[in-house]
Amino acid sequence: MNKRQKKTLIRIIIAAVLLVVIAIAEPLIESMESQFQAVPLAKIVTFVLYLIPYLVIGSDILKKAFKGILNGQVMDENFLMAVATVGAFCLGEYREGVAVMLFYQIGELFQSVAVGKSRRNIAALMDIRPDCANLVTIEDGKETVKSVDPSEVSIGSLIEVRPGEKIPIDGLVERGSSSVDTSALTGESVPRSISEGDEVVSGSINQSGVIYIRTTKLFGESTVSKILELVENASSQKSRSENFISKFAKYYTPIVCISALAVAFIPPVANLILGREAMFGTFVYRALTFLVISCPCALVISIPLSFFAGIGGASRAGVLVKGSNYLEALSQVDTVIFDKTGTLTKGVFEVVSIHRNEIDEDTLLKYAAYAENNSTHPIGRSIVSAYKQEIDAAQISDVHEISGRGVEADVFGKKILAGNDKLMSDNNIAITECHDAGTIVHIAVDGKYAGHIHISDVIKETSKSAIRGLRKLGVNNTIMLTGDSKKVAEKVAEELSIKDYRAQLLPQDKVREVESILNGRNGSKGKVAFAGDGINDAPVLTRADVGIAMGALGSDAAIEAADVVLMDDDPLGIVKAIRIGKKCMRIVYENIWFAIGVKILCLILSALGIANMWLAIFADVGVMVLAVLNAIRTLHLPKNAVSD
Amino acid sequence: MAKTYGIEVDCANCANKMEEAAKATAGVKDCTVNFMALKMNVTFEDGVDELGVMKEVRKNCKKVEDDCEVFI
Repeated sequence: MNKRQKKTLIRIIIAAVLLVVIAIAEPLIESMESQFQAVPLAKIVTFVLYLIPYLVIGSDILKKAFKGILNGQVMDENFLMAVATVGAFCLGEYREGVAVMLFYQIGELFQSVAVGKSRRNIAALMDIRPDCANLVTIEDGKETVKSVDPSEVSIGSLIEVRPGEKIPIDGLVERGSSSVDTSALTGESVPRSISEGDEVVSGSINQSGVIYIRTTKLFGESTVSKILELVENASSQKSRSENFISKFAKYYTPIVCISALAVAFIPPVANLILGREAMFGTFVYRALTFLVISCPCALVISIPLSFFAGIGGASRAGVLVKGSNYLEALSQVDTVIFDKTGTLTKGVFEVVSIHRNEIDEDTLLKYAAYAENNSTHPIGRSIVSAYKQEIDAAQISDVHEISGRGVEADVFGKKILAGNDKLMSDNNIAITECHDAGTIVHIAVDGKYAGHIHISDVIKETSKSAIRGLRKLGVNNTIMLTGDSKKVAEKVAEELSIKDYRAQLLPQDKVREVESILNGRNGSKGKVAFAGDGINDAPVLTRADVGIAMGALGSDAAIEAADVVLMDDDPLGIVKAIRIGKKCMRIVYENIWFAIGVKILCLILSALGIANMWLAIFADVGVMVLAVLNAIRTLHLPKNAVSD
Repeated sequence: MAKTYGIEVDCANCANKMEEAAKATAGVKDCTVNFMALKMNVTFEDGVDELGVMKEVRKNCKKVEDDCEVFI
C-alpha cells in the first residue's frame, strides 16, 4: 500500500467506527427528543453527527465531482456518487448516505491495491534492465575491471559477468562456462549451459560461473533493450471490447441520469394529476438508488485491467503481445498458417538415414564425412557432424568441390564421389532412387555406386503436440507454406497431421498465398494467424490478421512486423498465445455480462421500489470487486498452458 | 521527437483517460500511456517547446483524473 492508500484506509476505519457509534447512539437522541420535546434540535444533532463521518470519507469525492463539473467531466462516477449521497442526506437517509460513500471508498481502495499489486508483480518480472556492465580493459598489460553504464560499451568490448548478474549486452562467450537463466526472456525455466564460443543474449541471468563476453551489439540494439521497448509500447492498440466500453460509458451515463430523473419526477407528477398523494420522497429515494446501482465502474475498471493483466501474464510466459486488439484477435483465430523451415522444423539439416549398397553403413558415412570434411555447405556439415568420430585429415587428398554437384576426393587411397544425381550421371554411375523425401547425397567408391545418405530438415519435437493443441483450441485449419519440394512438404504435413500445404513457394508467393487464404474466407469471423521465424517473412507477418514471429530474439525486422512475438522458437508458444487470448477474452465477456446483467436486474428492482440503497451498494461496489478479482485472473496463465 | 515520462496513476482506465487528454494537447503528435510500466511516451510535433507542452499535458491530465501525476 502506498501513502495515499494508507490514508484512505485510515479514513475508512474512522468513518466506519463513527458510523457504527452514531447508529447505536441514534435511538438515545430520539428518546431525548421525546423527553424534551426539542424536535428540531434532535434532528439537527443527528444530521451534524452523520455529517462528520460523511465528510471524513467523502470529501475528496465531493471535491473531485465539483472539479469534474468545472472541467466539463460531468458524468463520471464521482459525480454519480456525490449526487446519490447528497440526495440521500436531503431525504434524511443519513445512514444510507454515509454507507454508500463508505462502501464506494472501500471498493476503490480495494481496486487500487489489487491493481497496484498486480502491476508491480508484472513490472518486477519484466525488470530485466541491467544497471551496469563490467568492462574489462587492459592497462599496463594487466586486466582491470570497471563498472560502466551499459550504453557506453562499444561493439567488440570484453565484459565480465559474475554469477547472479544479468548479462547486459548480447555477445559471444570468450572465456569461462556457466549456466544462464533465460526465464525472464523466454519463460523457459530450465537453465541453459553455455561455454566458450556460445552466443548469449542480454537479459538472461548468469547463474554459476564468471564468464567473459565479447560484445556483438550495442546496448541499444541488444535483446534486452528491444524487449523493453516492445513491452513499454504495448498498450497503444485498443481492442474492440475496450472501445466498446468507452463508447458504452459515453452514452450509458447520460441515459442513466435521464432515467433517474424520470423515476424521480414522472410518477409523483402522475400521482398529482390523478389527484393522489405525490410521494416525492419515495420516488427521489428510488431514483438515487438507481443512480448508485448504475455507476459503470465495474466495467470501465475491469475491462482495461483484464487486458493489461493478460498482456502482462503473457509477457511473463515469453509471449509479447503488441496490443489488446491482438489479444482479442488471437482468441478468434481459427486458421493458422505456418512457415515450415525454422517454425515447424529446426531449419538445420541432419542425417536421417543411410541406405547402403555393398559396404556397411558406418564405412559409407565415414567415406562421406572424410570427403565432405572441408565443405562449408550445410549439407556437407551435417554429414560431418553425423560422423561423430575424429577425422584424420592426413587421409584426405585431392579434394575438388564441384559446384551444384558435390565433392570429389581421395580418401584412404580410394576415390570418393559424394553428391547429387547429376554428379553420378556425369561419372556414368547408375544410382538407386531414394523413396524418402529430402535431400539425397549419393556416394560412389572407386567408380562404383555405394549407396546414399538421406538428409533432411528435422521437425521440432514439439511441433506435433502444438498442432494437436491448436486443434483442441478449435483452430481447425492448419496450413503449411514452404519453399521446399512437394515431396518434402507432403511428408512433413503428413507427419504433423497438418491439413493443407503449399510447396515450392518463393518468398513473394507466400504473401500471395496468405492473401488468397484471407480472401477465400469471406463471411467467416475467424481470424487468420501466420507464424514464421521472421526470416524473409516480414511482409507476410504484416498481412495476416495476427502475425506471430517466433524465436525473434535476433531478428529486428520480425519484431517490427509481427503483432505477437514469441521469445523462443517453440511452436507450443503459438498454442500458449491463443490460450492466453481466449482466457482473457472469456474473462472480459464474463465481466461485461455479469456486470451489465446484475445492474439491469437491480435497476429494474429499484425502479419498482423493491431494491433499497443497500442492494444498490452491492450492485455497485460488490460487482466491481468481483469483476476486478475476475480480471486479475488473467495474470495467471491458463492451466496446462503448454502441455497437451 | 519522442520522449518518455514517468507517471503516477491508480487505475487502468484512468491511464486511458490520460492518454486521450495528452493526445488532445496542442503540440503532441501522439502519445501512449503504459499503465504497467507507469510510463507515458509522448511524440511531439516538430519544433515545439517540449517542457511547455508537457506542462499543458500535465494540466489536461489532471482535468480528467485529479489523482494523477506526470513527472516532467
